[in-house]
Amino acid sequence: MSYIVEMLHITKDFPGIRANDDITLQIEERSIHALLGENGAGKSTLMSILFGLYQPDSGSIRVRGKEVKISDPNVATSLGIGMVHQHFKLVHNFTVTENIILGMEPHRGPVLDIRAAEQKVAEISKLYGLAVDPRAKIEDISVSMQQRVEILKMLYRDAEILIFDEPTAVLTPQEIHELMQIMRRLVEEGKTILLITHKLKEIKAVADICTVLRRGKLVSTVPVADTDEERMAEMMVGRQVSFHVDKTPARPGDELLRIEELNVKNLKGVLGVKNLSLTVHAGEVLGLCGIDGNGQAELVYAITGLTKVESGKIFLKDKDITHLSIKERADLGLGHIPEDRQKYGLVLDFTLGENFIIHNYYEKPFASHGVLRKKAILDNARRLIQEFDVRSGQGALTPTRAMSGGNQQKAIVAREIDRSPDVFVVVQPTRGLDVGAIEYIHKRIIEERDKNKAILLVSLELDEIMDISDRIAVICNGEIVGTVDAAATNENELGLMMSGALRKTHSEAQA
Amino acid sequence: MTARKEKIVLPLIAVLLGFVLGSLIVILTGRSPLSMYAAIVKGFSGIDIVNGQPINTRYIGEFIIQAMPIILTGLSFAFASRTGLFSIGAEGQLMVGSIAATTVALLLQAPKAVHLPLVLLAGILGGALWGAIPGFLKARYNVHEVVVTIMMNYIALHFNNFVILHIFGSFDRVKTAPFPETALLKSPFLESITRQSRLNWGFIPVILAVVIFSFIINKTTFGYSLRAVGYNKEAARCAGMRVSRNIVASMAIAGAFAGLAGAVITVGTFNFGRVIQAAEGYGFDGIAVALVGGNEATGILLAGLLFGGLKAAQPLMQSQGIPREIAGIIQASIVLFVAMKFGIKMILDKFERKQAPTTEGDRV
Repeated sequence: MSYIVEMLHITKDFPGIRANDDITLQIEERSIHALLGENGAGKSTLMSILFGLYQPDSGSIRVRGKEVKISDPNVATSLGIGMVHQHFKLVHNFTVTENIILGMEPHRGPVLDIRAAEQKVAEISKLYGLAVDPRAKIEDISVSMQQRVEILKMLYRDAEILIFDEPTAVLTPQEIHELMQIMRRLVEEGKTILLITHKLKEIKAVADICTVLRRGKLVSTVPVADTDEERMAEMMVGRQVSFHVDKTPARPGDELLRIEELNVKNLKGVLGVKNLSLTVHAGEVLGLCGIDGNGQAELVYAITGLTKVESGKIFLKDKDITHLSIKERADLGLGHIPEDRQKYGLVLDFTLGENFIIHNYYEKPFASHGVLRKKAILDNARRLIQEFDVRSGQGALTPTRAMSGGNQQKAIVAREIDRSPDVFVVVQPTRGLDVGAIEYIHKRIIEERDKNKAILLVSLELDEIMDISDRIAVICNGEIVGTVDAAATNENELGLMMSGALRKTHSEAQA
Repeated sequence: MTARKEKIVLPLIAVLLGFVLGSLIVILTGRSPLSMYAAIVKGFSGIDIVNGQPINTRYIGEFIIQAMPIILTGLSFAFASRTGLFSIGAEGQLMVGSIAATTVALLLQAPKAVHLPLVLLAGILGGALWGAIPGFLKARYNVHEVVVTIMMNYIALHFNNFVILHIFGSFDRVKTAPFPETALLKSPFLESITRQSRLNWGFIPVILAVVIFSFIINKTTFGYSLRAVGYNKEAARCAGMRVSRNIVASMAIAGAFAGLAGAVITVGTFNFGRVIQAAEGYGFDGIAVALVGGNEATGILLAGLLFGGLKAAQPLMQSQGIPREIAGIIQASIVLFVAMKFGIKMILDKFERKQAPTTEGDRV
């Protein structure tokens, strides 16, 4: 087999950091090549160089054996390189076809020839088994369908080399399975896939070859068949990683969070949470799992006070908090790791140090008599940066915007865990993090549990739910369809419940 | 380039480009840009290059007089801006501040040590009240502050004239009776050291305002919460901050700065309440000053002095046969170039042969 893409001895410096240090990556034609690494290992930089967003300081790139200079993404496109970004770039009130042809609209004379385009989109969709309706509007289709539209966009532009940047982050287990089938189909039809990920399971399931990066350096390139998840994780992190979360059985205490017959409207004005009741005890982790968009967000917003409830009650330590302000709830001991880190979690234009004090900026030691105390703020930041291994170029003074997504996530988790709230609503705490960081954060969450705090974990990652929960509640269509003991369930049962095919009544579950 | 360095270098380049453009236009009109620069130098210092005269403090006094109100309206715009609000209301807040100052100046009898501070305080409160209204409407009913502040400028203008003409009465339909000496910022001492310019004690509250602005924004918990709301309202809300209250407070403080400008003009530059024919442009000058000053106290002080000097140089340019509008064009193009800072940055980066400074650090 010949190499379709070769990146030879690539080095790229950013101020204060060497993002890529003499990295050589050779990709065989018609293969699925995984690029594995922690946050900040240099995966995105390397792919941005291949896609023409950055220029390497040294090293060369060859495509189909010919040396090329990829000065911008247009050059990459003309070389047949396409990229599915983590955050889709789609126009929401356009149709699938309109989005796909954007920038290269087919026309007859001055008139847009949408029919021809629709036909071509339908053909490609059929060839690769994508099952996308060319006339559907983006806002009406699911996230996984939107991802397929992104894939179609590349195929429509005759891309041969497809870069997938963390493609499964937004998908349910079933959708992940489907995506993998699509990827295999693409390879069968002669495409080459570069998969950026830190999910070892997926690499094992779909990739042929895996290249591991660590702190900007190449660790190794191995055939996936010859390795296993433990060894890949070790290469990525540089030490042995335990996949299993060590924890003792929960010793549930008092009921700290109780939700009674809650109804909450969603953004569209219909009930997103219906008649939902739930309890979380001190000293336990209750995992809430479900397919994305089944009422998790509305429930979390209602508990934290970001949105009003229609009816029902929420009790925190037996105090009715249904109509209290966000601040009053926080003062009573409610903590929250929000799902959308850039919207709710962080002020991106603040420094890291400023973001760490967002809840208690007015309290001692961070302020006295209304004046901020710089030293206390910096000390606090240094401590959290070290404790949670938040990588930031200029320490406490790093503009948060300049940090990578994974490190932004770590910053929020650090801030919230550090507050050690009595009732802790944790949403997708490890999204976008690598195994090393996940391991650490899981350990800290369990530590909070063992301090007799009540933890409500909301996550789309089934593994995460199963690893650290003591009980698992499944939400489907705004309702709790069952609560099960984490030790006595499996992925299959949860999957069925998530899709609404199986119900387990409360009495059964709580017994 | 670091963010800090950028904040200093980019406005300087914009200023430079503004002058270059101004010079080109002067050349197009068939005049020498050198005489324009001579006029500008004279406007700032009184130094007459052509006739070889040394520093004339009168000019310095006059240019500071020009700079004072626009520094304050600059602070006003910047303060709202740091909270994520786009306030066009400084002009109207200034007028209301001026009415409030006029009222206290005319109706109160007290020794200077009491009277003058109360006059200034009245200006501050008047402006704050006028600013709080759009803030409240925004916070409570989500009415856009741009629309409200613009409209409130007109209300303020006509309200001002109504009060001056029909409540205080005016024998010449232009101004009120003169204020008592105790209400004035006037200083024979400052006049005497600046060869009878209009320079007055007004610069002291202006400097205080600059210091207070910087202190509130950068050092206090209140400023912290204002900035949080300004940068990311949702995150601030999620952290439990009272977003609505912050919006009202921010607009009120922004109004206070503009109201103070009104008081400083009324009892400093003038000594009577005035009928105002049309908006005098302090509000818009303030926006320009704040933009060039990067919404930072020191930057606003410097930009205010620069624009004040350009204003002072206008009549001098005219006497050199250069259209006075050129000074306005230079000001406007400086603002334009500041607005184009991303473009300038890109060019600079290419020049430095460095890449993507926004993604410095560990975004890898």
